[in-house]
Amino acid sequence: MIQLNIQKKLKSATGEMNLSINTEIKQGNLVSFYGKSGAGKTTILKILAGLLNPETGEIVVNGVTWLNTSKKINLKPQKRKVGFVFQDYSLFPNMTVKENLKFALAKNQSQKIISELIEIVELGNLQNRKPETLSGGQKQRVALARALVQKPSILMLDEPLSALDSEIRYKLQQHILQVHQEYHLTTILISHDISEILRMSDYLFEITSGKISREGKPSELFKFQNLNAKFQFIGDVVALEQQDFLYILTIKIGKDIVKVIADETEGANLTIGDKVLVASKAFNPVIHKIN
Amino acid sequence: MIDWEPLLLTFKLALITTFLLVLIAIPLAYWLAYSKSKIKPIIETLVSMPLVLPPTVIGFYLLVAFSPSNMFGNWLNEWFGLQLVFSFEGLLVASIIYSLPFMVHPIQSGFSNLSKSLIDVSYVLGKSKTTTLFRVLLPNIKSSLLTGIVLAFAHTVGEFGVVLMIGGNIPGKTKVASIAIYDEVEALNYGVANTYSLILFGITFTILLVIFLINGGYLKQLLK
Repeated sequence: MIQLNIQKKLKSATGEMNLSINTEIKQGNLVSFYGKSGAGKTTILKILAGLLNPETGEIVVNGVTWLNTSKKINLKPQKRKVGFVFQDYSLFPNMTVKENLKFALAKNQSQKIISELIEIVELGNLQNRKPETLSGGQKQRVALARALVQKPSILMLDEPLSALDSEIRYKLQQHILQVHQEYHLTTILISHDISEILRMSDYLFEITSGKISREGKPSELFKFQNLNAKFQFIGDVVALEQQDFLYILTIKIGKDIVKVIADETEGANLTIGDKVLVASKAFNPVIHKIN
Repeated sequence: MIDWEPLLLTFKLALITTFLLVLIAIPLAYWLAYSKSKIKPIIETLVSMPLVLPPTVIGFYLLVAFSPSNMFGNWLNEWFGLQLVFSFEGLLVASIIYSLPFMVHPIQSGFSNLSKSLIDVSYVLGKSKTTTLFRVLLPNIKSSLLTGIVLAFAHTVGEFGVVLMIGGNIPGKTKVASIAIYDEVEALNYGVANTYSLILFGITFTILLVIFLINGGYLKQLLK
């Protein structure tokens, strides 16, 4: 259980903002932070890891006080033992993949964990490569493995998958879910991707200008369930065209671009860049054999 | 035959100055790169002053400060037995101050160009500041370190005004090559001056060339 009650003044692009979060995260959950950039999501993770200090607040993790500004307790990041995967991966450029993982070992820790992690995230044939020669997805796997070397109880991922294409993204989601279960982690994930959140997380916090604006189960917050659709995909509106009484929407779903029709009331609510759910009932799709 | 002493003295001075500067500049550059202290701009300015001040100004103030008739110079003399005026140790102190920005600036910008999250990751992995400095930061700014070392070395080889002011011109003690050249020209020994100059030119050219080859990655390509 993570109890978090923090306040911090932040300077954002739009002026000063008060970050004020008071919540609890259950042990063993995989929770997501969702929200616009600049809303304070990364700051929350950094405060939890001890890399930033709030003006006032208290952090208690599994009964141990990590931070209490009124009692002047503030554990250093070195003592908090969290796993942290940064947005830019932050692999040490001077070390090979294996050396990156070895560097993460605690004093007197056995090296066994390293071969175990290399196997889980499938890095076997890359272990002697330098980070600069790796692709984004490979770097991400190294960063994930490195964060887990000391077997932390909390894993924090700052938009770990945002820079990757959809296939690699899906595979990495599986890796994250796998280590989450295998190592009994409490995992906090920052994500912009609704389908990712729906697939992965148990609980969702929406952060707006430094405060929790909504929280709950992701499927309840994004109310799709009542549609009772048989096929559903989430995509981005990339073009919007009005023709007589209809709108023609061009939507990007994964790598594919599809065109669908929306009626006047639906179309009027949409603008380019909106995330939409495209759903269809079972009785009208066209099935075409391709092999 | 020319007298080799001024040349040897020059390179001895440059080597020791560079070595001590590495020890001084790394912590100083680290502090300048990461500190949020309010006095940082003042320290930054002081470090950079030798870039713009005439060397004679630095030499003059050091001469006044180190003079045994002065409180500070007297104190140094009584407590440490250090006589910094007209001595090799004095030259060393002056050279360190004079070449400080040439060592500090490359290292400082090396630190600043590294992603801040490398440090964050290392701390989160439980590593101390010292471990982070020696195993993460310094290995990743090797070329900045090399640039600093070379610039400081070359700059010390080339200094004139400061060493003349603080060192005088004592053969074997403070008469470095740049001063010897001046002396020989004054005595109209153009041949000897030319020999000194050519040697200095050749050595410094070679050092700088090697460094640019290493930093530019040309050597790696040649060795492939």
